[in-house]
Amino acid sequence: MITAGIDMGSRSVKVVLLEEIKVDGAPQLNYSVKKAHLMMPGDIDADQAAEKAFTEALAAAGVSRDQVTSVFATGAGRKQVEFATEGVTEMTAGAKGAVFMYPQARTVVDVGAEEGRGIKTDSDGKAIDFAGNEKCAAGAGSFAEAMSRALQMSLKEFGEASLRSDKSIPMNAQCTVFAESEVVSLIHSATPKEDIAKAVLDAVASRVCAMVRRVGIEGNVVLIGGMVHNPGFVASLKNAMDVDQVLLPDLPEFVSALGCALIAAERQH
Amino acid sequence: MIANYGYKDGSGEYYISIDTDKCIDCAANRACLTACPKEMFEMITDDYDDEVAWVKKSNTRTLAYDCAECKPAGGHTSLPCTTACTPGAIKHSW
Repeated sequence: MITAGIDMGSRSVKVVLLEEIKVDGAPQLNYSVKKAHLMMPGDIDADQAAEKAFTEALAAAGVSRDQVTSVFATGAGRKQVEFATEGVTEMTAGAKGAVFMYPQARTVVDVGAEEGRGIKTDSDGKAIDFAGNEKCAAGAGSFAEAMSRALQMSLKEFGEASLRSDKSIPMNAQCTVFAESEVVSLIHSATPKEDIAKAVLDAVASRVCAMVRRVGIEGNVVLIGGMVHNPGFVASLKNAMDVDQVLLPDLPEFVSALGCALIAAERQH
Repeated sequence: MIANYGYKDGSGEYYISIDTDKCIDCAANRACLTACPKEMFEMITDDYDDEVAWVKKSNTRTLAYDCAECKPAGGHTSLPCTTACTPGAIKHSW
């Protein structure tokens, strides 16, 4: 049985094809990822992006559409995936995928391009408490991206630069527009770029942390979503949450799509 | 599940928490739906196939304003939603 999970994010589409397997003597190995595929929608329509990403993922895995028994969608644009069997929220998908990868995880922090959220989960990967920020993108990746542009740095340089700073400069603005104005003021006052980068990432981490604290930090913490690729943010988040360790998946942007595919497989039984 | 709907901005933290476990076999006969003057609550079937209440998407970004008339400054001594609902099932963070 092959199921598909599609995470229709605001910036990119992620597809995971999951195959149910039976390994003798290893009952815990029930599923294997057949193929994961990511596509940036770019200038094409969001509803077409899902179709294109799914078609490309099938081709890459050498699987025909008929072999996929169920397709579940999640993410901000999940309702635009017209061929999906069902849709689930980002919280449900994120919790399921994170606990599949890290069975000991009980707190999931999901920081994507446009939204961040904290999720508390049980041992089955069922979300039992969640909080996000419905209004503001200042606790998400696009905020860091906008600020890196203001500093004329790539996102990679931005994240690495922040690690070279040991200064703690508070950023008071909650809004991206006003925060950019604060960044410009810091540039004009000859503040080193690495200190500004750290100030921005500390501010994002602080907002994400406020959401996570609303649900409570319990057990192992796993961070999922594209911001895992920003080492400066990871360091700032660890510091803000005051935890020794944050678990980081290898392919963090695919965790919700994986969760989706797992839920699709479970509902087949 | 405790579902927190709302946001934090420069003026404060505005979240409505719903203990959706208490929506299953609701003891208050879905009173939240009619108690809110803004009709912010709605019943949905969640991802675990339970019929639960949530805050409508159109209100989650404007809670500070939408709930203002039910706060003490609006002349209310208690919130209509929390009073009508099963005790402890709906909470406001502010």
